[in-house]
Amino acid sequence: MDKAKRCKWLVALSLLMSSSLAFADWSALNMRQGVTEISQEVYGLHMIMFWVCVVIGVLVFGTMIISMLMHRKSLGVKPATFHDNTTIEIAWTIVPIIILVVLAIPATTTLTKMYDTGDTEMDIEVRGLQWKWQYTYLNDDPSKEISFVSSMITPDEEIYNRAAKRENYLLDVDNELVIPIDTRIRFLITSGDVIHSWWVPDFALKKDAIPGFVHELWTIVDTPGTYRGKCTELCGPYHGFMPVVVRAVEKDEYAAWLLEQQAEAEKVFEIVGKQWSEEELMVEGEEVYLRACASCHQVNGRGLPPAFPSLVGQGLAVGPIEDHIDIVLNGKPGSAMQSFSKQLNAAEIAAVITYERKSWGNQAESVQPKEIFEMLEAQ
Amino acid sequence: MSAVIEEHHHDDHHHGPAKGIMRWVFTTNHKDIGTLYLWFSFAMFLLGGSFALVIRAELFQPGLQIVEPEFFNQMTTMHGLIMVFGAVMPAFVGLANWLVPMMIGAPDMALPRMNNYSFWILPFAFTMLASTLLMEGGGPNFGWTFYAPLSTEQGPPSTTFFIFAVHLMGISSIMGSINVIVTILNLRAPGLTLMQMPLFVWTWLITAFLLIAVMPVLAGVVTMMLMDIHFGTAFFNAGGGGDPVLFQHVFWFFGHPEVYIMILPAFGVVSAIIPTFARKRLFGYASMVYATSSIAFLSFIVWAHHMFTVGMPLAGELYFMYATMLIAIPTGVKVFNWVATMWQGAMTFETPMLFAIAFVILFTIGGLSGLMLAIGPADFQYHDTYFVVAHFHYVLVPGSVFSIMAAVYYWLPKWTGNMYDEALGKLHFWLSFVGINVLFFPQHFVGLAGMPRRVPDYNLQFADYNMVSSVGAFLFGFSQLLFLFIVIKCVRGGVKATDQVWEGAHGLEWTIASPAPYHTFTTPPDLKDISEAHG
Repeated sequence: MDKAKRCKWLVALSLLMSSSLAFADWSALNMRQGVTEISQEVYGLHMIMFWVCVVIGVLVFGTMIISMLMHRKSLGVKPATFHDNTTIEIAWTIVPIIILVVLAIPATTTLTKMYDTGDTEMDIEVRGLQWKWQYTYLNDDPSKEISFVSSMITPDEEIYNRAAKRENYLLDVDNELVIPIDTRIRFLITSGDVIHSWWVPDFALKKDAIPGFVHELWTIVDTPGTYRGKCTELCGPYHGFMPVVVRAVEKDEYAAWLLEQQAEAEKVFEIVGKQWSEEELMVEGEEVYLRACASCHQVNGRGLPPAFPSLVGQGLAVGPIEDHIDIVLNGKPGSAMQSFSKQLNAAEIAAVITYERKSWGNQAESVQPKEIFEMLEAQ
Repeated sequence: MSAVIEEHHHDDHHHGPAKGIMRWVFTTNHKDIGTLYLWFSFAMFLLGGSFALVIRAELFQPGLQIVEPEFFNQMTTMHGLIMVFGAVMPAFVGLANWLVPMMIGAPDMALPRMNNYSFWILPFAFTMLASTLLMEGGGPNFGWTFYAPLSTEQGPPSTTFFIFAVHLMGISSIMGSINVIVTILNLRAPGLTLMQMPLFVWTWLITAFLLIAVMPVLAGVVTMMLMDIHFGTAFFNAGGGGDPVLFQHVFWFFGHPEVYIMILPAFGVVSAIIPTFARKRLFGYASMVYATSSIAFLSFIVWAHHMFTVGMPLAGELYFMYATMLIAIPTGVKVFNWVATMWQGAMTFETPMLFAIAFVILFTIGGLSGLMLAIGPADFQYHDTYFVVAHFHYVLVPGSVFSIMAAVYYWLPKWTGNMYDEALGKLHFWLSFVGINVLFFPQHFVGLAGMPRRVPDYNLQFADYNMVSSVGAFLFGFSQLLFLFIVIKCVRGGVKATDQVWEGAHGLEWTIASPAPYHTFTTPPDLKDISEAHG
């Protein structure tokens, strides 16, 4: 109780001090207060530190300025001869120590709270991928597990200044992370390639997403709204184009959204599980090919060698199917061929591989979604 | 062989420099080598600065205008590497070469031939590093911190050249620091005790120990990278049982002392300049020495404050937070001592003093934002944003770089025998001072408001401050051409300097002629002036 009170007091004090400044748009210049208890506390700590620094700055720089004005040779002053003073030297060692200890107390309290990841009501896995985020709502029943990828949708036209920039330039994604308010949520942060960092300023949450590690974060969001952040660890050329967008909604709205998503997930689960006919695979495959592959390998499958190899009558598309599946799932490092294992579902992958192996005169064997699904599970 | 010996013999009689380009190639004279280091570092400063201007030009407005993200990342990486290893560190080694022997009454550095090697490695190392930009796949593009696995698994082919260049720089630094230590410990004039040495000598002695301790760690981490890239090891590859976080621990065990390597000699410079122009002895000499030593010690035990977001356990997080906060104490002592030195002095404000005062103020601002960054929970919001960029540029540019400029203006009359143009020097100062603050101060705001570092593009709310920042960058950048002009003008001629140069200057280097003769203190000096050497 005491600690909570003290923190509230700190927040109140810092709010008072900051609001007393007549800045019209202070918020655009300062840290965001955010919408969680923790983010408010962090903001309070930040403002306390800021004002401590301001006071120290005023004292030190004020003394220097007075000295520069008064103790100038041009005023005819004679220099003093003192060059040490044990009392004052001890004083300006001890006083900072006391200030630091006082500052360390609320910092420790807040940090301890941030690290207490127990008692959470739901778990969401956050996986950093070049250059998008994959969110998985963990569920003991795999058929009910929802997983989707969230990528930036700001078009090149805006980035290259050929079109007017929208309000949320670089901060819009195709699939937002949807979470309920007033719920203690645990995020499990990891990465599928290099190190990323998942940051939502309004929740004061930032954690590096590191391959081989799973880190925990937790939050309780008070206010519904859309909250935007960014990847904050250099992760390759498109590091700057990897926004985080979280939409916090009322609990019942979340429940409805969840049901809808789960129905969708079950449908995919079912689709992947069934035996597909070759015609079905070819129809689906053509649709996926045009969407995901044709921009490089071209509609006629002949690519643009040497950068984008032809798929017609040569190479992996008519070679051993294991190699073909491998390159689609995992990409080819050092080339433009990326990994599609997270972007397409098993049915789409099976369909597009089948399509590539049976179009343009190619006559190789097909693959079933179920086989791809099993491989993805094993990864 | 006999020819070489004869030549030496010949030199011994004339005590003057050899003629032509070979003077510079084969020189073992500490003053010549100091000059080489300083010119080299200035060239690197302009090169690294031009990379920074590419960055600021791209960030002048939102959107991608000038460079592609891939090249942008090469620019941020090369800017950092060139400035840290090519500009700031060699400049301080150059100052050490010129000044340490003259300040302690030694005839030269203790290991002159090695001195020559340590310099001449650098042009090769940096030519190799800079040439990576022209290689297929481009130069290093993973930031100057080159975190694995980005650097090991996705770096360009030129990463190998980068590793080799880092090795060369490390060898150069280690040899240079051995030389400094051996010189200071063995070649002090008879009767000159450690606690009578000027603070610049003290700070460099401590810096040299830091260098010897951490450059091998840097060499270790790049070697592990090399093994991961070419020989199939998996030190940093989680898929092979390695640990990407290990990379960061090893890197920052080097990286944090490295930060102090770039600032401790600056403390020494400022501690020489402020007393001179305040005409008053340095306040708290002994506490300055102890504070410098404490900072050096602390620098080894705070490295993971660069890694608050990597997911350390709570205990680790708390420890690194507390230890980092401790640094504020000795650093505060230094700032207070400088202010107390100014207090009740009789100050004049020549260019070196202006740079030194700006150093104290702006370095303190950087130190205060550093204190804010030390607070773990708040750091989660600051980490890897422009707030951090503003912080470390405040301690590095108006910190280290201003101190180097202050040192050049302060000792240039001693080196060349001519006074520099004071009016132009002051103009250079004010342009730099205004430029640097317009450049870096707004970055605090965009960082707090949420702009990550190392991004080629940003959302619209940050547009105004980025534009201001870029204007400051161009002002600061082009002002440095004025610096070049002033130095060349001074080298070529000007009002003759007296031996003491500055009315308030004390110490052995001011007892010799201006310009300093090619060989100084071939016999040990009289120490009557030494009581005020550290004042």
